[in-house]
Amino acid sequence: MKGIFKNPMRRWGWFFLGPVTAAFCIGFVWPFFQGIYLSFCKFKLISKTTWVGFDNYVQALKDASFMHSFWYTALFAIVSLLFINVLGFAAAYALTQGIKGSNLYRTVFFMPNLIGGIVLGYIWSMIFDGILSRYGTSILLETKYGFWGLIILMCWQQIGYMMIIYIAGLQSVPEDMLEAAKIDGATKRQTLFRVTIPNVMPSITICTFLSLTNGFKLFDQNLALTAGQPFIIQPDGSTVKTTEMLALNIYNTFYGQNSASKGVGQAKAVLFFILVAGLGLAQLSYTRKREVQQ
Amino acid sequence: MKKILALALTLVMIFALAVPAASAANDGSVYWLNFKPELDETAQALAAKYTEATGVEVKVVTAASGTYSQTLTSEMDKKAAPTLFIIGNQAGVKEWGEFAMDLTDTAIANELNTDAYNLYDEDGRLVSIGYCYECYGIIVNPDLIEAAGHSMDEIKNFDGLKAVAEDIHVRADELGFDAFSSSDMDGSSSWRFTGHMINLEYVYEEREAGAVWTECPAELTGNYMDNFKNLFDLCINNSLTDPKDLATGGHDAEAEFKSGKAAFFVNGSWEYAAVSGDVPNATMIPYYCGVEGEEKAGLNCGTENCWAINDTASDADKQATMDFMVWLVTDPEASAAMVEQLGIMPYKSAVESTNGFLNDAAAYTADGCYVMDWATNYQPNVDDYRAALVSALNQYCADQSDANWELVKTAAIDGWATQYAAANG
Repeated sequence: MKGIFKNPMRRWGWFFLGPVTAAFCIGFVWPFFQGIYLSFCKFKLISKTTWVGFDNYVQALKDASFMHSFWYTALFAIVSLLFINVLGFAAAYALTQGIKGSNLYRTVFFMPNLIGGIVLGYIWSMIFDGILSRYGTSILLETKYGFWGLIILMCWQQIGYMMIIYIAGLQSVPEDMLEAAKIDGATKRQTLFRVTIPNVMPSITICTFLSLTNGFKLFDQNLALTAGQPFIIQPDGSTVKTTEMLALNIYNTFYGQNSASKGVGQAKAVLFFILVAGLGLAQLSYTRKREVQQ
Repeated sequence: MKKILALALTLVMIFALAVPAASAANDGSVYWLNFKPELDETAQALAAKYTEATGVEVKVVTAASGTYSQTLTSEMDKKAAPTLFIIGNQAGVKEWGEFAMDLTDTAIANELNTDAYNLYDEDGRLVSIGYCYECYGIIVNPDLIEAAGHSMDEIKNFDGLKAVAEDIHVRADELGFDAFSSSDMDGSSSWRFTGHMINLEYVYEEREAGAVWTECPAELTGNYMDNFKNLFDLCINNSLTDPKDLATGGHDAEAEFKSGKAAFFVNGSWEYAAVSGDVPNATMIPYYCGVEGEEKAGLNCGTENCWAINDTASDADKQATMDFMVWLVTDPEASAAMVEQLGIMPYKSAVESTNGFLNDAAAYTADGCYVMDWATNYQPNVDDYRAALVSALNQYCADQSDANWELVKTAAIDGWATQYAAANG
């Protein structure tokens, strides 16, 4: 008995961990499991549910708009991952070469990340339409404009953030390795690909993970920029929202007025979680293998 | 310093956990989940006043614009759920009717002066009752019509409206103002067309069938889409803004009308307070769209503002809520404050309306014109249905081809059947 309370860390540890643990359980663990439970139910209020088994999952997978938004989101995630990381790394590389005003550039490039997604979406929709209206069109009228518009928006917002992580990585590349490469007569290009990049692999791991999951989870910017427009109006009057991504599709399903739709939305959300978690873990283990020990 | 900070943070945490448990009322209390953001200030003030006078606790929460169903969904799940909430249309009755108390022959129902704005469920239970009604149509600035050398008497049907609007548009540079204000299709404005103007199609279908809808029809005939097109085309093609620039919006139609840059403004009676200061003679005309006999058309009158009492609340809370509602519509000061915000209230003891547009509506009715009811309240899966219609109208505004109008028709007519099946499947 005495032993437990001997160490003040042990004695007070739970007291200080308590609030955070409680908040984590209330705000994350409990809703998570309740969400999984609800995906097997038909419900209007979460306090009044009817168990329906796998019905919701069947409905979700039969939904053409869900599959459309899945492929659209996958394409978006891959393209945005490439652009954000290549450009973010390039910016970080340029700003660690000792150019004048590096700190100012870093701050300025990072700033877009501080603006909320909804605000960004509306601002960019005005910018895009300011240009597109000269050509008699709008970002809401062409799927490809909506797609590339969202890519531009996300690059603008995320490059600065990834850049900061890459800068930290670049600064921790050991000086002696770089010097040794220089003495051995390596060109700048060789140094970059053979010394620098292998040494920043941990940063690349974390940045690709972040941009991949961000790409899949994207919601605010999608809602504010196009909200799924343009729609394809099918002959039977149903619609395919051509620029609707997974998260927005789930939201729209959940708040559809069909009494069964909330359960279907919930089932989609569980599928979505499995997908994002699976992809994220697969990508982590893949890039981890390429990290070198310093 | 750090110690003090840590202590302060700990205290904050403890209080944050402790406070919600502290409040508990024995007598009935009222929790009104309000639907109209513009009513919030008045409602809060009236609630405070009522609490002061009677000691009954009244809490008013207003859902942010366009998020009522989301807010209601989460609030209804709480222990202290709203006792007074809004069921504004038949879709709402379907979704929330089972949570609503039957208001037949209750104190508040006995104060009503008309049954026209009440909503019943399939079993004939009175689930919600109108607390105000509104009207919409085309707001006109008669001074500008006269400045252009025309008179309001010329506008008695679609041909008259078209002649005046097109003439003003052609001479816009010389006159210094245009016919219609901008018809933006973004979320803040598209409802004027996908929620209101489209109503003319539904209403004339009702009139053709000879009876107003009492439940959502499974499908539409689409016989009056050409009439909708007449008026919509007139609006977008004789306006300050190029139709191609309407999709993302960003124009302020109200300001255009108030500043005298446009003579026509498609909107409703809730705009009266905003525009009557700058355009004191502003008046409202019906949706003239080329239907035979439309010289006898009136304004679109109806409401989505209907109170329901939460049946799952305690009896004391239900009684307190009922007393509060009765006070709102009978107390001279309270009802005056409500009428000032809402325009008009269909209750025996509520004060008279000061809203010019609602008085216009009454004048049309007095002249023997038919009221266009709010058939639009039956739109199935309303958000999805309207979103599809907006997307189709965007395509059409960018390129007014027949093929694109076919898309609008598909969205409005076939979309109705599809959404009906989805909502009732």
